[in-house]
Parts: sequence; C-alpha cells; structure tokens
Amino acid sequence: MKKVMMGNHALSFGGMLGRAQVIAAYPITPQTQVVELLSEMCADKTLDATFIKVESEHSAMAASIGASLAGARTFTATSAQGLALMHELLHWASGGRNPVVMGNINRAMAPGWSIWSDQNDSLSQRDTGWIQFYCSNNQEVLDTVIQAFKVSEKLMIPSMVILDAFTLSHTYEVVDLPDQKKVDEFLPPFRPEIKLTPDDPHAFGGLTSPEHYFELRYKLQKDMEKAPALIEKTGKEYEKMFGRYLGQVEEYRCDDADFIFITSGTVGSTARVAIDELREEGVKVGNLRIKVFRPFPFEKVRNIIKKAKKVAVVDRNISYGHHGIFYQEVKSAMFGHHNSLPIFGFIAGLGGRDVTPSTFREILGHVQKKDKSEEEIIWIGVKK
Amino acid sequence: MRKESWKELTIGTINLDAGNSVKNLTGTWRSGKKPEFIEENCIQCFFCWLYCPHFAILVKDGEVVGINYDYCTGCGMCSVECPSKEKAIVMVKEEIELAEGSGK
Repeated sequence: MKKVMMGNHALSFGGMLGRAQVIAAYPITPQTQVVELLSEMCADKTLDATFIKVESEHSAMAASIGASLAGARTFTATSAQGLALMHELLHWASGGRNPVVMGNINRAMAPGWSIWSDQNDSLSQRDTGWIQFYCSNNQEVLDTVIQAFKVSEKLMIPSMVILDAFTLSHTYEVVDLPDQKKVDEFLPPFRPEIKLTPDDPHAFGGLTSPEHYFELRYKLQKDMEKAPALIEKTGKEYEKMFGRYLGQVEEYRCDDADFIFITSGTVGSTARVAIDELREEGVKVGNLRIKVFRPFPFEKVRNIIKKAKKVAVVDRNISYGHHGIFYQEVKSAMFGHHNSLPIFGFIAGLGGRDVTPSTFREILGHVQKKDKSEEEIIWIGVKK
Repeated sequence: MRKESWKELTIGTINLDAGNSVKNLTGTWRSGKKPEFIEENCIQCFFCWLYCPHFAILVKDGEVVGINYDYCTGCGMCSVECPSKEKAIVMVKEEIELAEGSGK
C-alpha cells in the first residue's frame, strides 16, 4: 500500500510494521510526530505495544534498555539535545547488548539554539557502540527501521536510524508500506537467549572487574565487525521480498567517474541531481553516499573511490580543531591502501543552511584547482 | 561469568549465576570493630534490620536475635540507628583475623 507521508511518520510506520512492543519516548522538535503517531497507534490498538511516557530522554533510553532486557522489541526516537541527554545510556544500551532501535532526527546542537539539520548530534555519539544508518528518503527510512531490528537483534547491538531535520523529517514523499504478513515473515519475533525474567533469574549490568571488562569490549568489537556482512545479507533478503535494497553505501555514476563526492543523508540525494547536471555538461562525476557510518564500510568505500582521480567529502558536521567527520573516516579508510589519492574536505549545510546542486558545483570548482590533499578544509558558502 | 576466553563470556555483563553475592563473605571487610547485640535492651523496632546495607541482622520467628558476622562489615549503622534508650547494639573492639572462606 502506498501512502504519502513525512519522514517522521515513515519512522513510526517502520516501528509499527516491525511490531515494536515497547516505545518509551520524550517529544522534541523535529522528532515529535514520530512518537505522536506511535502513541496514537498504541491508543487505538493499531499497534500492540506499551507506550511509556517519560520525563526526559535519559529516562526514555533507560526505559528502553529495561524493556529490551526483558525481551521486548523496543523502539524510540529523539533528536539533538535529547540525544545528548541520552549519552550515558547509549553506552549502557550497547555495553549491555540491548538491541534497541532508535530514530534520530539530525538537528544542530545549541547554542546557537537551532532546530535545523546538521549531523553533529548523532556523530557526537560515534563511539557509543551503536550501529548508525543515515537515510536520504522516506522509503529508505521505513525500510531501514525494519532491517535495523533484524540486524540489531541478531548482533545484540542497538541501531540508530538517522534522518535530516525538515529536509526529510517534515517532507512528504510517497512511501510503499510493505504487507504486514511479509514483514512478519522477514522479521520474526525477538527472542533473546537470555532475558530479565523472574522465572530464570540472572544478574545484569553488575560490577565488572579488569579481569573481564577488557574481553567484554573485545566481544562487542568482534560482533560489530560482523555487521557489514550481515547488513549486506539482510539487505539482499529484504530486496528479494520487497524489491528494495539497503546495503552499506549507495553508488551513483561512480564507475567511470574522475571526481567522486562522498555524502550522507539528504545531501546525498541533492548530489545525484548535481551529478546529472554536470554529466550533461560532460564532467565525469559520481557520488558515493554512505548509509552505514558505524561500523564504517571501509572495504566498500575503498573499492569504489580508488578508481577516481579526486575525491571530495562533503560534511554536514565538524569536529572542531580537526576536520569534517566523514572526511576523517574516509582518509583513514584509504591510509595504507591508496595514500596518493587526493581527498578534499568540505563543510556545508551546518545548522540547516541549504545544500543545493550549486553547492556541488562550487565544491567541484575547488577540487579542479587542486592536485594534492591538504590540511585545510573549505567551508562552502561561509559569508566573508 | 567465567574467567577463560572472551568467547566464553556472556554478552553485556550478564551474570548467569544470579544471587551469587551470597558467596561473597563481606564479613571479611570488618576492620577492628564489630556490633554486639544486647538482647535485654532490644525493643524489636527493626530499625537495625531496615538500615543494615548487608542484610546481616539475624531474625528468627519475627524477632531480631543477633548479627550475622559472615556478612556484617562493621559499618556501625545499626548501632547509630538503634533508638533504644540503652542501645541494643553497641560497637566493640575486635581482633582482626581473616575469616574463613575469605574471598570467593
């Protein structure tokens, strides 16, 4: 069934079709409609789930962890300041191996107080041990939520499904809602081997001595390393049933490209428009959109961009005192493999500043003038 | 949790052996002082039982009857909280010796 819906509702429908059993959430702009619709679904029994209203995002994640420990499929959503407030519990969810799936609407961190899009909120949570998916359209949002449940529950690692504020969260697009029966077939109920129940008592989250802590972390890393193959496999399985493929990256006209842009989120779909225009003019450009940021798709990125003459990474985020975060990651992926490939870093669209096809033209202009990677990053459109 | 390879560890700090703190004799933590129960002063208010952080107040047939020294850490909270005019629990000196089964 096709429906016209905003990105936020695509998250809600993903949670519904995934048959989330517990939703603990606190509203925050621009995420509010996600949990608003889910609470309505819980109230009118469209969704057989418990909706827990909490007093903060810290509590939302705490409740989600508890529900997940007890064996419930758990969904929540937040944004920016709310995600930051959850920070401690994000570590707890991954360390405790609770496969919570959470939508995060990319919103710029305050101050300056902002409700508009950039990625510094979710990228600040890079090292919390969550899988991170970045989406570029509403269909992908819905499909990603369903697949995230499957991947997370298999690995017992939580997932964040991330979309840009307003550019996606409040933008209406046609979304094909898969048939519930088929989704059930794709995504069987969550049945953890060990759960929190009085019938079979175990202790969770106890004091862990240096004797064991190190190995627990190693184990989390080892399981995280299984994610790339599992995401590919799950994507193919989903494609077979629903005709749409997810995977770790989206390659667009990269095959014979001299210049490759590396993007994420909705900036990636704008890139496609720019590329089509530039190709018309005879410029061989392509775009590599990174869909899965953690674990980082080293191999995919390497194999796709190694053939290019130059690469430009477009970051809607900044690590102050360093570079754009995707830029750092891409460079580290190439180090020791293709050291001579010139890779350039660009910052664009912070705090919801528009990123348009002309942004890519400007970036290309810079790239065409340079031959070697340099320490300096370029801020596109900064008023001078 | 076992001590061997990371492969054998349960994920996420899950300890399959629930309630194993009973094996941890916290009485070995006492360092020089221990509570002494004086039955005739006890008014059976259960304050000591309520405040004891280690569940070391012995209760039999609904009455406080003494202290479980296997778990009592000698913190003295029971004695401080005892509201009886003549304290029913007083802290006394104790020669330190390693309790049997100290550790695990």
